[in-house]
Amino acid sequence: MEALRTRRSGLVPCAFDDVDLETYIAKVDVLDTFLVRSDLAAYDCRNNRLAQLCLEQDGFADAIIAARNKYGAGRIGVFLGTSTSGILQTELAYRRLDPLSGALPPDFHYAETQNTYSLAGFVAHFLGLCGPSFVVSSACSSSAKVFASAARMMAAGVCDAAVVGGVDSLCLSTLYGFNSLGLVSRFPCRPYDAERDGISVGEGAGFVLLERATAVNSANAIYLLGVGESSDAYHMSTPHPEGLGAKLAMQRALASAGLRPDEIDYINLHGTATRSNDASEGKAVAEVFGNRVSCSSTKGWTGHLLGAAGITEAIIAMLAVAHSFMPGSVYTRRLDPGISINYLIENSEANIGRVLSNSFGFGGSNCSLILGRQT
Amino acid sequence: MMRFFIEGIGLLGPGLEGWSANRAVLGGGAAYLPAPTQLRASAMLPAAERRRAGVPINLALAVGQEAFLQSGRDTKTAATVFTSSGGDNDNVHAINSILATAPREVSPTRFHNSVHNAAAGYWCIAAGSHEPSTSLCAHDASFAAGLLESAMQVTVDGAVVALIAYDHPYPEPLHTVRPVTAAFAMALILAPRQNEHSLAAIEVDFVSGKTDETAMRDTGLEALRRGVPAARGLPLLSALAGGKSAQIRIAYFGNNHLDIRVTPC
Repeated sequence: MEALRTRRSGLVPCAFDDVDLETYIAKVDVLDTFLVRSDLAAYDCRNNRLAQLCLEQDGFADAIIAARNKYGAGRIGVFLGTSTSGILQTELAYRRLDPLSGALPPDFHYAETQNTYSLAGFVAHFLGLCGPSFVVSSACSSSAKVFASAARMMAAGVCDAAVVGGVDSLCLSTLYGFNSLGLVSRFPCRPYDAERDGISVGEGAGFVLLERATAVNSANAIYLLGVGESSDAYHMSTPHPEGLGAKLAMQRALASAGLRPDEIDYINLHGTATRSNDASEGKAVAEVFGNRVSCSSTKGWTGHLLGAAGITEAIIAMLAVAHSFMPGSVYTRRLDPGISINYLIENSEANIGRVLSNSFGFGGSNCSLILGRQT
Repeated sequence: MMRFFIEGIGLLGPGLEGWSANRAVLGGGAAYLPAPTQLRASAMLPAAERRRAGVPINLALAVGQEAFLQSGRDTKTAATVFTSSGGDNDNVHAINSILATAPREVSPTRFHNSVHNAAAGYWCIAAGSHEPSTSLCAHDASFAAGLLESAMQVTVDGAVVALIAYDHPYPEPLHTVRPVTAAFAMALILAPRQNEHSLAAIEVDFVSGKTDETAMRDTGLEALRRGVPAARGLPLLSALAGGKSAQIRIAYFGNNHLDIRVTPC
């Protein structure tokens, strides 16, 4: 919250492993030396280190112990998003293949690191939970979509509470992959700027405990009011130029929340700062909301956290509600005149009841969440 | 308990080319003869995407198309749940090999095919579907996770859902640490209400407590079930092929399992 208020960005010039790209990244430096809990040593990799570091913040792990005592370990689900899981471990292991046999080094643990499920397996073990669990891996919408899965599981009575969230950590696949698509900026990313020229890749994690609202826990609670999901059916790595999928996701979120567009107080945009994302998302927002609702992308602070973008921005949405605060957009200087939405560059204070948060990913996977006070 | 209906089935695996052609094999009325999985590019895809499609995309599209044809539904109209333990395992190996040597030139196609939801992305383009689509992984329990998520969407949201599960072998050196023995995929079209296309009613419960999962009677099919995460759904196909009420169990994590009952319509 302090970083949002003081506009302190996490973006720094890229110095990660031996990556030779001229770009900015958001990097969690302590991960280089941090180790996961010793009983879970097989899971040790950058992604699970980041997961544990995050679980140890803000009393989250303690809150889960309390929830475990209340519901039982088997009644709490774990639904997490990641796009690349522990693939960095495999990238590094491929540099150490046995020169004769070509085999992976014996200290490589596939299931606990590379496999996409590794994150949920690690978190479930770390927190001592044994309810239903899986990983949603739909690129940059992953950790928004987990809210929909968890809400359904709780509605069906398969679990009573759920840990949702996501973790993605720096790796070479992502940095060189986005670079090959020409989507990486040489500067800190400038969402919705007329001169925006690409993303800044970041690493990050976030977790939320979802519970059903009761008379006891709902006094100051922030609600998951609605979720909307859609598919572009257009292209694997370029959003629909008219924002068709984005529009459907936002409209479905409004419908599921039973809200009109003018009942949304702030929109946390996906706003990756690529030419195509901001243009198509901007069109979709203008069509659904006109230019009345305040919006911004917070990726100038965090970089693009990929599979962790959804949860990070859902948490920023909740901070906006709790602190009556709307973040602006660091590094954005001159707004794209072709996009007619009410985009905030400066931070501002306002009474925020409901926030819509957008997360869109490769493969045309879209998800919009609405979080806020109950209406 | 979640109760819904199966309207279509798709199958592609080693010696298993199509559900309709192999119903007798799965029901125990004909011998199972393993043979390499017959993979071909999907005619559903536009030419550009067809050239870029790897094994998992061809697997997923083949079974999805078979299941939809049976259900009589338009591919545009259903939500999709994709589930896989791996993803595009050939591509993962290629990218890791490229990144371990200079120059690190990962092509745009390799990169966008590397996302776990690549099959979902290609499917939505081929199917013209703007409906919600999710892509899951739960290691060896990936099929169970996909069925559970699908059951939620059908029973809580009232959606018609296509569940598509697929897996294929890694090349070495990853094959040694994660042996997936064959390319295999299956699809189910699931709907909240019965109609003239309904094949069976299905009831699913998520249950805690240690139990034995249902095995395949044929040793070859049992080896396939154990060797490929997506093939953990074979006992369900076997139950559906039998044409009478049946109960099966599929393992999840943490001593949990899915308790599944099917009743022909």
